[in-house]
Amino acid sequence: MSADSGHARRLLGVAILVAILALLGPRLVGWTQFLLTVALGESLAVIGVALLMRAGLVSFGQGLFSAAGAYAVAYAMRLWGVHEAFVLLAVAIVTSIVLAAVIGPLICRYRQIFFAMISLAFSMVLYSILLKFNALTGGSDGMEVPAATVLGFHASAGGLAASYYYLTLAWFGAALFATAVYCASPVGYLARAVRDNEIRLEYLGASVRDVTFRTYLFAAALTGLSGGLFALSVGHVSPTLAYWTKSGEFIFAALLGGTSSPFAPVVGTVVFESLNSYLSASFPNVWQMALGVVMLAIILLLPRGLWSIYQTLAARRAR
Amino acid sequence: MERHLSLTFSRVATAAAAAVAIALVSLAARAPAAAQTQPQEIKVGIVAFLSGAAASPFGIPARNGAEILLEGLDKGSVPAPYEKKGFGGIKIVPVYMDEAAGPDPITAYRRLASSVDFVIGYISSEHCLSIAPAAEQQQKLTVFFDCGTPRIFEDNSYNYVFRTTATAAVDNIAAARYVFSLYPNIKTVSGINQNYAWGQDSWKEFSAAITSLDSKVKIGSAQFPAIFAGSYSSQISALLSADPDVIHSSFWGGDAEGLLIQGAPLGLFTRSHVVLTAGEPILHRQGIASLMPSGVVLGARGPHGPLAPESKLDDWFSRTYEDRYNNTPAYPSYHMAQAILGLKAAFEKAQTVNHTEHPTNAQIISAFEHLSFTTPSGTITMALGKGHQAVEPAAYGVTKVENGKVTLVDVKHYPVECVNPPAGMKADQWIAQHFPGAKNCPK
Repeated sequence: MSADSGHARRLLGVAILVAILALLGPRLVGWTQFLLTVALGESLAVIGVALLMRAGLVSFGQGLFSAAGAYAVAYAMRLWGVHEAFVLLAVAIVTSIVLAAVIGPLICRYRQIFFAMISLAFSMVLYSILLKFNALTGGSDGMEVPAATVLGFHASAGGLAASYYYLTLAWFGAALFATAVYCASPVGYLARAVRDNEIRLEYLGASVRDVTFRTYLFAAALTGLSGGLFALSVGHVSPTLAYWTKSGEFIFAALLGGTSSPFAPVVGTVVFESLNSYLSASFPNVWQMALGVVMLAIILLLPRGLWSIYQTLAARRAR
Repeated sequence: MERHLSLTFSRVATAAAAAVAIALVSLAARAPAAAQTQPQEIKVGIVAFLSGAAASPFGIPARNGAEILLEGLDKGSVPAPYEKKGFGGIKIVPVYMDEAAGPDPITAYRRLASSVDFVIGYISSEHCLSIAPAAEQQQKLTVFFDCGTPRIFEDNSYNYVFRTTATAAVDNIAAARYVFSLYPNIKTVSGINQNYAWGQDSWKEFSAAITSLDSKVKIGSAQFPAIFAGSYSSQISALLSADPDVIHSSFWGGDAEGLLIQGAPLGLFTRSHVVLTAGEPILHRQGIASLMPSGVVLGARGPHGPLAPESKLDDWFSRTYEDRYNNTPAYPSYHMAQAILGLKAAFEKAQTVNHTEHPTNAQIISAFEHLSFTTPSGTITMALGKGHQAVEPAAYGVTKVENGKVTLVDVKHYPVECVNPPAGMKADQWIAQHFPGAKNCPK
């Protein structure tokens, strides 16, 4: 019973957030709405990275799954003629899960730097394949992803961005709720124990391999969905999605937000993308330096991420 | 425990929602005021790489070219036919943006497009391919000035997108023609190109054009090092041992310079005839230009810089550029000038045709389609892609070193119909069918 009421509260929390974002949608200027569409989609990949971090696993190759999801959407459109966004995103998720199920048993045997390097290696393999077989993949120039229908509704050129905003919001809400449920589930708790002490966990009768593998699958599903959403909203896929710098950005956004709550990576991603956007507009010649200075300041002042501001305030109130 | 956790969660949700709401309201508050009906100035977004490996050879020369040209236009000091100030008498305000700006090219484009009247930009073919559909969605007139991929208008058609530069296919077809005019008896051709779309496409088009012009020439090894690899010793060794008559390379920037620095001492540039289709910017690199040996075929992706035909406009452009930046303009500067002048010509034609000072987007677009306009590199015609894609003549020259100074000699100009496919035909098909419609081409 207590678990049920917990889920109800979680659903309510996510619903409130999504409702606020939905109400804000029409009030946003064209590009801020687009920025938020991209950021919310990308935040799902960052949540995936953060979930792995919770289990002590730093994935330097999460771009593998966002590229898999994005290219799955592009190919499903091109080869099968699927144009319904919900079907396309389901294809993206399934593709990532299948890929994770194949390579997961190998990757999940490693820890620390070895896990980071092997995950990076797999993403760079996909990157090279996408680059090399340019007749099939469009090479470095990538492939176009034409406009999709949302629940059968075909938006006009002007209304497409808005329809993708709500599409992203719907999937974002569902994924966030799933993440919250996962975190409160036994596997979610065990994942934290994996980071703390694997041997003790095995002695308690839990399977570390099982826990890491399930977490890996869940993170892959989230990241594949994120890649699919990116492909739809941006309308173009390219191998840079699988390049290691993209995975590095996910890690950075996760560290920026923090990993202690499902909401923290979302805050991290939105802040990271907004900073990126505003600084590169304001300082066209030295924006990377400006971004670096701001990032450095945040990390030095808030080593546990932006979310720690909230935690400190909440702790003070509870006292 | 469970109760505590879910409590935290709902509190967390409320706080997160509040934080997001505050952030978004502050974003929304910054929405620009409604556009004025009678603008006193025209804002033009200018996008080129201002950071990264493509900045120094391409992005910065392009931005510099835009700066002097836009200043000249505002002062009314540009020679005929562009004496009119700004765009049809209206002041131009440039908004510069780094092509590498974050968080991704599309979001950056949309942000820029929401605050300017027109966008001119993009060097990377990947960016052009992804931005064209976004421009269509935003209904923002966007002029691509430098990217080379033929796919943009061969695979799709766009209403709001124009490209005032010929595709990279033109560079490679002209290179093949030039090679045969200089060295009619070649037997083998090899290539070294970067392993991404630009290099892959360039080699495909060049080798196909060679075969199409003379099927007896043997196409030898094609080296594809990674872009920005930095060291090419194994590829140079492979090319030296293959010892082909001609080596084709579409290397640019640091890669082209690296090939020159590493290959020249080993005799790569003297044993074979080397063709650098995008090699002209090296001549503007102080300190590296002096390493260039004689006998290297250099292209400038069109008749730009030292390959430009004589004109008052070119004199003004190159002299003003040199006065300001203490260096001569490279081909990306010329490409930028083409885009700005094309838009200006279309804007002013739309003014005249419609008897208005402030033509609408639709009027400018219809004036731009199939337009011919004068540039420092000669006349450009928007002949392909339903009037949205330029055709350009091509030019190549070969280096000659005299008293430590590198010049281009034996310069040959190729008329439009010798190097550009006709409307409705893809470059690949045109090459394979032995260039139907090409006549009176210089031998």
